[in-house]
Amino acid sequence: MTAITKKKKFVQIDPTDLVQDLLKKYPTKVARKRAKQIMVKEAEGAATPEMGANVRTIPGIITMRGCTYAGCKGVILGPTRDIVNITHGPIGCGFYSWLTRRNQTYTETDADENFMTYAFSTDMNENDIVFGGEKKLKQAIKEAYELFHPKAIAIFSTCPVGLIGDDVHAVAREMKEALGINVFGFSCEGYKGVSQSAGHHIANNQIFKHVVGTKDEIKVGEFKINLLGEYNIGGDGFEIDRILDKCGITVISTFSGNSTYDQFATSHAADLNTVMCHRSINYVAEMMETKYGIPWIKVNFIGAEATAKSLRKIAQYFDSPKLTERVEAVIAEEMPTVKLAVDMVRPRTEGKTAMLFVGGSRAHHYQELFKELGMRTISAGYEFAHRDDYEGRHVIPEIKIDADSRNIEELEVEPCAESYNPRKTPEEIKKLEESGFKFKEYEGMIPDMPTKSLVIDDLNQYEAEKLIEIMKPDIFCAGIKEKYSVQKLGIPLKQLHNYDIGGPYAGFKGAVNFYQDIDRMVNSKVWSYLKAPWQEKPELSATYVWE
Amino acid sequence: MTLLRHTPTEIKDRSALSINPAKTCQPVGAMYAALGIHGCLPHSHGSQGCCAYHRSALTRHYKEPVSAATSSFTEGASVFGGQANLLQAINNIFTVYEPDVIAVHTTCLSETIGDDVPQITEKARQEGKIPDGKFVVSASTPSYVGSHVTGFSNMVMGTLKGFAAKTGKKNGKVNIIPGFVEPSDMEEIKRLAAAMGVKTILFPDTSGVLNGPLTGEYKMFPDGGTTVEELRSTGDSVGTLALGEWASADGAKYLDSTHKVPCRILDLPIGLKATDRFVDALRLISGCHVTDLVAHERGQLVDLISDMHQYFYHKKVALVGDPDQVIALTEFLTSIDMCPVHIVTGTPGKKFEARIKEITADSPFPVNVKAHGDMFLLHQWIKNDPVDLLIGNTYCKYMARDEDIPLIRHGFPILDRVGHQYFPTVGYKGGLRLLEKILDALLTRIDRDATEDQFELAM
Repeated sequence: MTAITKKKKFVQIDPTDLVQDLLKKYPTKVARKRAKQIMVKEAEGAATPEMGANVRTIPGIITMRGCTYAGCKGVILGPTRDIVNITHGPIGCGFYSWLTRRNQTYTETDADENFMTYAFSTDMNENDIVFGGEKKLKQAIKEAYELFHPKAIAIFSTCPVGLIGDDVHAVAREMKEALGINVFGFSCEGYKGVSQSAGHHIANNQIFKHVVGTKDEIKVGEFKINLLGEYNIGGDGFEIDRILDKCGITVISTFSGNSTYDQFATSHAADLNTVMCHRSINYVAEMMETKYGIPWIKVNFIGAEATAKSLRKIAQYFDSPKLTERVEAVIAEEMPTVKLAVDMVRPRTEGKTAMLFVGGSRAHHYQELFKELGMRTISAGYEFAHRDDYEGRHVIPEIKIDADSRNIEELEVEPCAESYNPRKTPEEIKKLEESGFKFKEYEGMIPDMPTKSLVIDDLNQYEAEKLIEIMKPDIFCAGIKEKYSVQKLGIPLKQLHNYDIGGPYAGFKGAVNFYQDIDRMVNSKVWSYLKAPWQEKPELSATYVWE
Repeated sequence: MTLLRHTPTEIKDRSALSINPAKTCQPVGAMYAALGIHGCLPHSHGSQGCCAYHRSALTRHYKEPVSAATSSFTEGASVFGGQANLLQAINNIFTVYEPDVIAVHTTCLSETIGDDVPQITEKARQEGKIPDGKFVVSASTPSYVGSHVTGFSNMVMGTLKGFAAKTGKKNGKVNIIPGFVEPSDMEEIKRLAAAMGVKTILFPDTSGVLNGPLTGEYKMFPDGGTTVEELRSTGDSVGTLALGEWASADGAKYLDSTHKVPCRILDLPIGLKATDRFVDALRLISGCHVTDLVAHERGQLVDLISDMHQYFYHKKVALVGDPDQVIALTEFLTSIDMCPVHIVTGTPGKKFEARIKEITADSPFPVNVKAHGDMFLLHQWIKNDPVDLLIGNTYCKYMARDEDIPLIRHGFPILDRVGHQYFPTVGYKGGLRLLEKILDALLTRIDRDATEDQFELAM
């Protein structure tokens, strides 16, 4: 049925004019600041412009961003099932980070621990704020221990905790001693940093400090990797695990989708770190290389082609004909189904346009899937990324440290006396690099985008509305806060933070799911019902003869 | 597999750890109330995470756009105070979004550092950052006091303090504060009053704001909401009906004490008896007669109760939610011969337990009730004394699955179902819907469990 495919309506507009249009309503100071965060992608080969990113959100400008606590508890530790995560603060923060991200987890039996369905909080009241909450926190940890006897308890600080000066780390040390289990805290007060990103950093630092490398019972496997920056939203991690397992690659740990405490504790045994979400976790990859000698590579399992490419990259790293053969066989086995699905859908999606404003890697990764559908990404940006996510890692040395990044602890990491073991000799590394293999490299989103597309950091509601009015995309990808305002305009919105009801979208099966969901969203009849017949043709005939 | 597998049957006292809360924090309630003002942009004075969380929570529940701004505190503002951020925010908001009103609520962050929002607002006025004919109202809503219901109540108060005026000339209208209910409920309350010929000012009024149409046009400020003019006029009304002690009484008492607008505090009009009291109060305060239409709707509700009562008699129910909601539901369930036996609200308040005890005084079963309780406790009670039906928000689905109990989603938040924003549960019509849902849940369960010989077509 082609009747429901709407005609192509991509408006040719000079993006530079569009930028001026976006900025003109702002007070001068605001416009000046926003101008640095809006870029037009120049022609191929031109130098990537410097992107304003990871800077403060302007008060009063409706942002898509959340806070440090959300990044730490909600994103990173949320998907770990067997740690009792206690939010230390008034009830709100704990409540809002309770099961809203669609992180899935799977246990073999009821005997396995799974605390993800629980929300634990110290529910601080006025008294605690005035007289301090440490006593209550200690008692809460004790009560949690007596009820559940978990392997570990984590404490998350909310805004008022930082202000009143509760020392959660001292409490953690004391309780660790008293209970004999691992107890650790996160200073992830919401006001630290400028977005969720600071929370990812704080979370990863503490996991690295308190958990990684603490256990030596290692999972057996020939090709052992860690999957970093994958949160098992809508079952993504399950699909990636399925594929890797089929290839004979052993996942020691996933940070942190469907993960367990022991996975983190033994992650130092992997021979390769693969990084999905560069933004949230590149720190861990770096630190694990320094401390344990595990090299890292950037991978992407969003998009069937990207998945195949990432698998080949892993195989190339291990340099084993057996693995290469296995990987090729898996790709050959999986691809026909994917191709069948994309061939079905593509006639209805070809030539349509998309906008993506999410996270700190997803706005890049999902462009792969749209490419496979023949759709063009006309504008994209990140909610909480840094310059390196836009421009590539080579800009990291140039990034200025400001007050908002200085307050986040940088760990000093040295090679571990017992466990440091470089997985490849310098010669092997060199050989791989000479064949085009890239270690610890991420080239960022901008180089991958079509010429003249518009890149906007920390998009806000006003700009989103303007963009849609002018560029009329066929689909807009963002989060729940943006969903319904965009849809009121008659443009379907795909949530890429928690996928609405859909997913998984990773790997091969995920790609098929995505093609079908996007087909449904851009071709649903509902978008043709917005105007009633009498609004389409409001004129009245003077006389009308019923036939 | 059980998902809440770690919840033990044995109940131990907890003094510090809250597990699976039956409440959330003040600002989300304040944000919801502010959305019931026409042309209003709620503003969260704190770090941006609060605003993001509250917008997400409301959006997930109502499936509608929820706009709100934030002061976006970083560490500096937390140390030096948030005045500069709020002044800048007010200026930016009026320039970029052009609302009629900004309704500022505080967060635990700005409360802890002691920002004085009315003083900052005054400064903004003096500096010309508030254009003529535009307004900033505010409420103090620390998250470490009360719950989302308290926040709702505080923003209702803050708005009335900011707007209500007395000209001395009566407007012939009745103020109704509907409480923390769905947009559909607010719409139904207005319809019921209009059906009796009573002129009302309903505040807040989120009907049309959080259940708006899909037209291809996005309005940051939809057509619904109580207008500034109406809000001012609340001081000239003949009286105020506050629906729900927790969410609505303070605002009504304020109008009474400050502007001599007499008030009555009623339960939420959920179910037969509470709706009867609401209708009667409307009649007395306005001098209007109860029309045939309203009497007809009442008769239909009684009729349905009579058709269904054989399924309800002495069925045990567990209930969790906001105090005003739970009190009204408990009374309704009791009135149809069901027996609420485990009742929890997360919002603190001693009166709650006394009121529930009073309503369930002649229950044939022992009744557990707790204010400032949590769902972990409720689950433990259910494990010890199973029930036939569970009523509560979305998070109850885990208990319902583990214990295999039919669940009716009611209250806030409902994340995994749609429709509540369109179908009321208040009034006689709302009663019909609730009864239908209850019977449906019970019979679906009977059908599911029936053996072949017992699987019957007729009632």
